[in-house]
Amino acid sequence: MKEPRKDNNVSTSEKKDAATDLQSLGEGLYKQMEQGEFPWIKIPSRSTENIYYSPELRQYILGDRKVKRSARNIRHIRPFTQLVWTAFFAHKLSTQRKTSTLRDVYYSAQAYEMSFKDQSESDNIITDLETAIGSAREDFNIFPEERSAVFGDITIEYTVPGYEGRQMNLTSHPDGLMVGPALTYSEFVKTSADKVIAIEKGGLFTRFIEENVHKKHNALLVLTAGQAPRATRHFIHRLNKELELPVYILTDGDPWGMHIAMVIISGSANAAHVRDLTTPDAKWSGVWASDIVDYKLPSVPLTEIDIKRLHELQRDPRYKDDLWQREIKIFMKIRKKAEQEAFSRYGLTYIVDEYLPSKLEETK
Amino acid sequence: MVSQAFEEISPADFFYRNREIAGFTNPSRAIFAAIRELVENSLDASESAEVPPDVFVSLTLNEEGRPELETYKLRVEDNGSGITSRHIPSAFGQVLFGSKYKLKQARGTFGLGGTMAVLYGQITTHKPAYIVSSTGSTKVYIYRIMIDIQKNKPIILERRVLINKEEWRGTIIEFFLEGDYFRAMPKILEYLKQTALVNPYANITFVDPKGRLYRFTRVTTKMPLPPKETLPHPYGVDVETVKRLIRVTPNRNMTDFMKTHFHRVSEKIALKFLEFAAIPRGRNPKKMGPQEIVQLVRMIKSFEEFRPPSANCLSPLGKDLLKAGILKELKPEYTVVCQRKPSTYAGHPFIVETAIAYGGEIPKKGEFILYRFANRIPLLYDEASDVSFRAIKNMNWRRYKVSQDMPLAILVHICSTKIPYKTVGKEFIADRPEVKKEVLNGIREAARLLQRFLSKREHVEKEKHRLSVFSKYLPKIARFSTELAGRESQPDINKLLESVNTSEGTAKR
Repeated sequence: MKEPRKDNNVSTSEKKDAATDLQSLGEGLYKQMEQGEFPWIKIPSRSTENIYYSPELRQYILGDRKVKRSARNIRHIRPFTQLVWTAFFAHKLSTQRKTSTLRDVYYSAQAYEMSFKDQSESDNIITDLETAIGSAREDFNIFPEERSAVFGDITIEYTVPGYEGRQMNLTSHPDGLMVGPALTYSEFVKTSADKVIAIEKGGLFTRFIEENVHKKHNALLVLTAGQAPRATRHFIHRLNKELELPVYILTDGDPWGMHIAMVIISGSANAAHVRDLTTPDAKWSGVWASDIVDYKLPSVPLTEIDIKRLHELQRDPRYKDDLWQREIKIFMKIRKKAEQEAFSRYGLTYIVDEYLPSKLEETK
Repeated sequence: MVSQAFEEISPADFFYRNREIAGFTNPSRAIFAAIRELVENSLDASESAEVPPDVFVSLTLNEEGRPELETYKLRVEDNGSGITSRHIPSAFGQVLFGSKYKLKQARGTFGLGGTMAVLYGQITTHKPAYIVSSTGSTKVYIYRIMIDIQKNKPIILERRVLINKEEWRGTIIEFFLEGDYFRAMPKILEYLKQTALVNPYANITFVDPKGRLYRFTRVTTKMPLPPKETLPHPYGVDVETVKRLIRVTPNRNMTDFMKTHFHRVSEKIALKFLEFAAIPRGRNPKKMGPQEIVQLVRMIKSFEEFRPPSANCLSPLGKDLLKAGILKELKPEYTVVCQRKPSTYAGHPFIVETAIAYGGEIPKKGEFILYRFANRIPLLYDEASDVSFRAIKNMNWRRYKVSQDMPLAILVHICSTKIPYKTVGKEFIADRPEVKKEVLNGIREAARLLQRFLSKREHVEKEKHRLSVFSKYLPKIARFSTELAGRESQPDINKLLESVNTSEGTAKR
């Protein structure tokens, strides 16, 4: 039985910081106006010229360049006001211990005559706010719509209002548990697992539960449901850091599957301003291009777009390691791709009984 | 061998056979052309009497018409100069009889209009025309005439003389014609409106067959200076003109002949020209043979030192009147007008006036609305062939910050002793390079003025917008910052708002 390392706990301390940071943001603006100044803030620039790949952190980070947003500027004043409102709203969420989805934020604004043009505008302002105070939106209680899930022998303790202190084992529901705000804010108590397996697709996730993969391999199973949401990436990060569990990722055998794994490992440029979303030591265990050849998997030809994507990935600094470069080359050579479900050709349990053990061993 | 029958035909007969070239193509076009010709005659008549025109037009359905094709009674009255008694029958009963052979700016190009309308009425209804006219003398003359088409002569059916107690002056013409008013209606109303625009000193009244009254009221009694008659310019004459001049000249030597009959030819220029053409100064023009005359005209054309024609034979509308006309008929928000300096083509002087009207009641059409005028008459047909239309199409409007989706009307008025029409129908102006250049420059000049107005307005709008944006968002920033900081009272932002109001466009990135 493993217990979390306290010094690695990343969940609760940051939340308090976020609320304090929001308040001091307001305080700063207030003082500027009190002194007869147009309110302004400086935030790190998120333009592509200011995004760098850090080999040490093994993720994208923002450079030193900052932009000044000022209410003096007619082009800035509307987004500036939206930013101040979002800070005000997030602060209220934090202090009242409530959560909100991105879509909620978009609608809530209308109650303050602060309407956004569309949700992408409000999402963008939320990203600005993350950059401005240096915390992820989950830290100030704003979440995306949940769609990913987790299953396995781990006991957690809730911290959300009304559930404080209540414990829960994540094998208790056979469909898995949704990675939502409550799970994100929970504390890890103990686990018997010695690894995490992240799976791209719901079908395979369910198959793994049915086939007792969690028992056979002592694993926690995480469903990413396509590109993993930030809350899920943060959750995997915590499992890796706090419980020191190695992470293995199973995706479809195509450039898009590769990238799902890569974003869990090294993060995305869009989230260059946020930390604690990446799991640099996680492993992509398959489906590799070489697996398509070795296991003679039923496959379909790569499309033009697939090929174009492979060329992009080949130049991407995150893909510089040998394994990635090798697999990209094989994809380009065989010009084929295969889904996880392709293993069903050898019977429904083949992937669990044969493929998985061998790949876990190979990528250890 | 096939024997061919030759016959001589009279001008009336020629136009009877070829009436489409004068615009009488079909019943709807014919009724439009008839009204147009007579209204233009009336406007000319009033202007030559130097009184602001009062033109009254009525069109009534004739009961006796066949059901498949309506016949109408058209009556046009004016307060113009009137026609002297002996000329009345010819003025309306003889094709190519008119007062428009001398060189000065006038609406028609030759005496076709009025008679053509009467001729058309006669061949479609076989009814006489009724004419009343007085020059303001003690008598009023009344005629009932028809046209002998083969002889091109009026047939006088009735002549009466009344005592002119009220010192009335003007002309009334009334006749019957076949036509299709309801198809022609939009064009007729558009024609009257544009005529009123370009003659803002005229009262024009129209009563249509349904009894509807359309009234275009003058906004000024000021009229443009009347054009002066002028001699032909050397560059504008041909062999036939020179022959006719020789026939009537009293001069017995070439120096005097050149000085007397041509526009802007002084003694000095005459001598220079004769030397250039190697014609003895003392040569008697009357004794010149046909070959000599042809050679004379050829030399005139190649002599480069004749002075350009003067423009005092022209009568442009002038900026003020053009503006008044636009404001009255188009009711725009803003209008700019320009008048170009006189210029010439082939010995004919001309002046281009342009205007652009913006906003107000001018509709957004997705393309510019073009109003074309020549010698103060609107041109309504064949727009796409007109020199102005092409000039507008070829212009780079983006330079003037103007786009097709703006509510914009462009007006081009060309006045000349000889408008370079492409057809007898007088509907569009030919692509003469000299004319095109002036039209283009005129429109450009107007576009520059419009641009100045638009950018000034844009600036004012921007300032208004700035203030409204700041007064919308600053209070919100103050309110949310206050709540976020957990403060009790909001900071005072009035000074910030005031500074927005007084500063101009100092926003920085």
